[in-house]
Amino acid sequence: MTQKQKKQIAAVSIFSIAFGIAPAVNAMHIMEGYLAPKYCIAWGILCLPFAAAGFLKIRSTLNENRRSITLLAMSGAFIFVISSLKIPSVTGSCSHMTGTGLGAILFGPCSVSILGLIVLVFQAVLLAHGGLTTLGANTFSMAIAGPFAAYGIYRLLKKLKVNHLAAIFLAAAIGDLFTYCITGIQLAVAYPSEAGGIAASAAKFLGVFAPTQIPLAVIEGLLTTAIVIFLESFAKSELTSIGFFKKEA
Amino acid sequence: MEKKQKKIFIALILASVLIAVVPLFALKEAKFGGSDDAGSVMVEEIQGEYTPWFTPVLETMLNREIPGEVESLIFCVQTGIGVGILAFYMGRLYERNKRNKEQKSYDHH
Repeated sequence: MTQKQKKQIAAVSIFSIAFGIAPAVNAMHIMEGYLAPKYCIAWGILCLPFAAAGFLKIRSTLNENRRSITLLAMSGAFIFVISSLKIPSVTGSCSHMTGTGLGAILFGPCSVSILGLIVLVFQAVLLAHGGLTTLGANTFSMAIAGPFAAYGIYRLLKKLKVNHLAAIFLAAAIGDLFTYCITGIQLAVAYPSEAGGIAASAAKFLGVFAPTQIPLAVIEGLLTTAIVIFLESFAKSELTSIGFFKKEA
Repeated sequence: MEKKQKKIFIALILASVLIAVVPLFALKEAKFGGSDDAGSVMVEEIQGEYTPWFTPVLETMLNREIPGEVESLIFCVQTGIGVGILAFYMGRLYERNKRNKEQKSYDHH
C-alpha cells in the first residue's frame, strides 16, 4: 500500500467516523408496522418483477464482462455510504439521502433495485430503520421509483444535449426527491385524511418530507457528480465496457 | 484527472459539506430529529392514536428499543462497509492509472 493510499484511507475513515457520531435518529423510510398488511403485500408484489428484472440484468452485465463488478460494487457501496449519513437540513430535522442515482445512471434502474434492496434489508434487520413489513413499500420508493426517475431524467437530458455533468446532477437530485414524494404518497394512500382523502393527506406528508429533503437532494446530486468525475478519469475502460460512454455518442 | 476536473471535484465535495453543516449553525433552536418521526407524528394527526402492528425483529429479540449508541454504531458499520469498498476500488483505479502512465512514459524513452 502506498503512502498516498494510506492517507486517502485515513482521510476517508475520519470522514466516516465523524458522520457516524452524528445523532442517530430515524429518518426517511416508512417505519416497521406503520403500513397495514394489505399495503405491505401489495407494494411487495409490485416490487417482484423489478427485482427479477434487476437480477437478470446484473447477471447478464457480469456475464458480458466480469470486470464491471468493480463499478457495480462501487455503486452498491455508494448507496451504503450515502444512505447511512443523516444530515441536518434547513427545516431543523435530519434526513438521509438514497444514493441510488449513481447505479441507475451507470447500470440502469432495474439493477439498482437489487442494490437498494440489500441496503434496505440491512437497515431493517440491524437498525430497526425502515422495516421488514414495510420492505416492499420502501424498496418501491427508494430502489425502484427513485432510480427510474433518475434514469429517465438522465436519458432525457442527454437527448436534449444538456451539459453532461449537469445532467448527472439533476438526475441524482430529482431521483432522490422523487423517492420521498413516493414515500409521501404511499403513506397518504394508507392514511387518507378524513377531510379531503388521499390528496389532502399526500399534501401533508409531502409537506413534512419535501422541504427537509431538498437540500439533501442537492447534496446527493453534487456527490454523485463528483464520483462520476472520478470514474470518468480513472475507470474509462470499465465505463466503456458497460456502455456508459457509448450511450452519450 | 485533469486540473479542471480536479477543481470541480473538490468544489463539489466542499459544497456538499457546506450545505450539510450550515443548517447546524444557522438554526440554533432546532432539535434535528428525524423526518421519519415527523412522518409518524403526521400519521397520528390524521389517524388518531396509532400503534404499529409489528415491531422490528431486533427490538423483539432484545425486548426493547435499540440503544441510541448501539444504533449509531450500526449506522457507522454501514458507512464503514460502504466507504471501505469505495476507497478500496478508488485507490486501486487510481494506482492503475498511475502505473499505466508510468508505463507509457517508460515506453517512449
